Amino acid sequence: MDNESQYSGYSYKSSHSRSSRKHRDRRDRHRSKSRDSSSRGDKSVTIQTPAEPLLDAESTRGDDRDDNWGETTTVVTGTSEHSISNEDLTRLTKDLEESTPLECKRFVGPALGGCLSFFALVTPLAFLILPQVLWRDTLEPCGTPCEGLYVSLAFKLLVLLISSWALFLRPPRATLPRFFVFRCLLMVLVFLFVASYWLFYGVRVLEPREPDYRGIVEYAASLVDALLFIQYLALVLLEVRHLQPAFCLKVVRSTDGASKFYNVGHLSIQRAAVWVLDRYYSDFSVYNPATLNLPKSILSKKMTGFKVYSLDENTTNNSTGQSRAMIAAAARRRDNSHNEYYYEEAEMERRVRKRKARLVVAVEEAFTHIKRLQEDEAASSPKHPREVMDPREAAQAIFAPMARAMQKYLRTTRQQGFHSMESILTHLQFCITHNMTPKAFLERYLAPGPTMQYQQQNGRGRQWTLVSEEPVTSALRQGLVFSLRRVDFSLVVTVTPLPFLRLGEEFIDPKSHKFVMRLQSETSV
Amino acid sequence: MSFVPGQPVTAVVQRIEIQKLRQGDKLILGFSIGGGIDQDPGQNPFSEDKTDKGIYVTRISPGGPADVANLRMGDKIMQVNGWDMTMVTHDQARKKLTKQKEDVVRLLITRKSLEETVRLQLKSMLS
Repeated sequence: MDNESQYSGYSYKSSHSRSSRKHRDRRDRHRSKSRDSSSRGDKSVTIQTPAEPLLDAESTRGDDRDDNWGETTTVVTGTSEHSISNEDLTRLTKDLEESTPLECKRFVGPALGGCLSFFALVTPLAFLILPQVLWRDTLEPCGTPCEGLYVSLAFKLLVLLISSWALFLRPPRATLPRFFVFRCLLMVLVFLFVASYWLFYGVRVLEPREPDYRGIVEYAASLVDALLFIQYLALVLLEVRHLQPAFCLKVVRSTDGASKFYNVGHLSIQRAAVWVLDRYYSDFSVYNPATLNLPKSILSKKMTGFKVYSLDENTTNNSTGQSRAMIAAAARRRDNSHNEYYYEEAEMERRVRKRKARLVVAVEEAFTHIKRLQEDEAASSPKHPREVMDPREAAQAIFAPMARAMQKYLRTTRQQGFHSMESILTHLQFCITHNMTPKAFLERYLAPGPTMQYQQQNGRGRQWTLVSEEPVTSALRQGLVFSLRRVDFSLVVTVTPLPFLRLGEEFIDPKSHKFVMRLQSETSV
Repeated sequence: MSFVPGQPVTAVVQRIEIQKLRQGDKLILGFSIGGGIDQDPGQNPFSEDKTDKGIYVTRISPGGPADVANLRMGDKIMQVNGWDMTMVTHDQARKKLTKQKEDVVRLLITRKSLEETVRLQLKSMLS
């Protein structure tokens, strides 16, 4: 069990085992959820610390565990088509809350889902084997038709197994706040289905010790057929239905207005939230808190308003009048801050361009100092003994001349929090290894990249809060607005349906393309 | 001077007679024409109605026969020696004007100011 502080809610596929990661996610989710208000106090945003590998735009939190998560929402992390039901989970959480440590809870969900699927897959085989074991003597022998059924049964089970593996045995990429309606529906269906088959089997076959073996084999085959159809239903509900686009989501980041439009199909709000967050990490440029505010020099001018003194002895009903007077006076006062803003922007742009030019030149020069050693040149090295370096040393060797220009540039564009010296060296080493040009090396620094570029790959989950006025399992519809909140910014998502398209047809005869010259001639007579 | 297809065109016209001038072995009139049913009427700077495909006088050489005969730039030529000029191509108009066997052309031209003048006259006569 690991004790480092981590986040749940949006875990990535990592090298850690699925269950342990889910365990971490679940625990941290609950912990952070309940301590939401207090955690803002111990937020620590690390900027400008070279030792710290990356600025985690999502702030770090305290480390201590919180066991008082009285959880009212449940999470279903299904792994196969037969994932555990919500009812089972709530029952289990109530049982396990005080008694077992958190890690056991991690295994419960997937284990039960796996059990249910295993149970469903083994049932047909059990149907076949039990009569053979229990009352073999009284069974009517059945020849070729049974063998045909055996073969088809075997292949159908194989197909079921492979497709379950292919489609459903994937580590989940998100934990949702409420249960996933379709998944729960499906595993309830499977459970009821298999249970009813067992019921009938028990009553009609086991009790009277039915001798007609062929009928039993056909019964088992029908169960497998029905399981295949349930899997088809699962495929359609979980994978296919939301593929056809039906809505257009506008995602706006609340701090700097970066926005994108996406087309999605019919999803519930929570699934749409996960979908949007998927796209957020690769489409949106990284959130840089340092670029948000107007320079102080401009804002400070606005602060110096003038005070309004009321000479009336009756001050109670004058407060609104006073504030209104102040606002009106402030509006009337000639405001030149837009002027300063314009010049400040121009100045900043000029400065950035100057630094960028210096950086580009420095990097180009630095790259000319090394070149790749060819294989045949190594043989001729006794003539000019050159020091052979591996990429890391080569990167360190050429980093020195460009370090200053790079640092100044990053500082001007306020990106210094995102790149530490170590990360720049690593990137330089990477570029040298892959024969990249200086321009390719600089691509990472000249423009703020998507958030994915700055994520650490240590399997930390990302905590997002879904804020919505509607219940999050309801489907998307027009005019819905929900937002995804992190600690210091949020994404506001608006839903509009895609317009209905009436496509008409117009046939153009290929022979109808004829042209004449537009003349405007003037003739003298 | 707008024209409705199928309806007769009515306009106030002025009769101008131009004597051709011999220059070398050619008889010239001393002005340039533009327009025609095969031309782009939208580029005609002189017409009021930009769908008018009639023949317009675009340039008068100063001191030439047309200038002497009081032809003005911007005049629309309605007839040349009895030949209609309102529905002809540019080339047909040129041919009608440059017949080498004729040494005088009698044009019927119309211009906006003619209409104004006539209207004013009528008003003054009636009042």
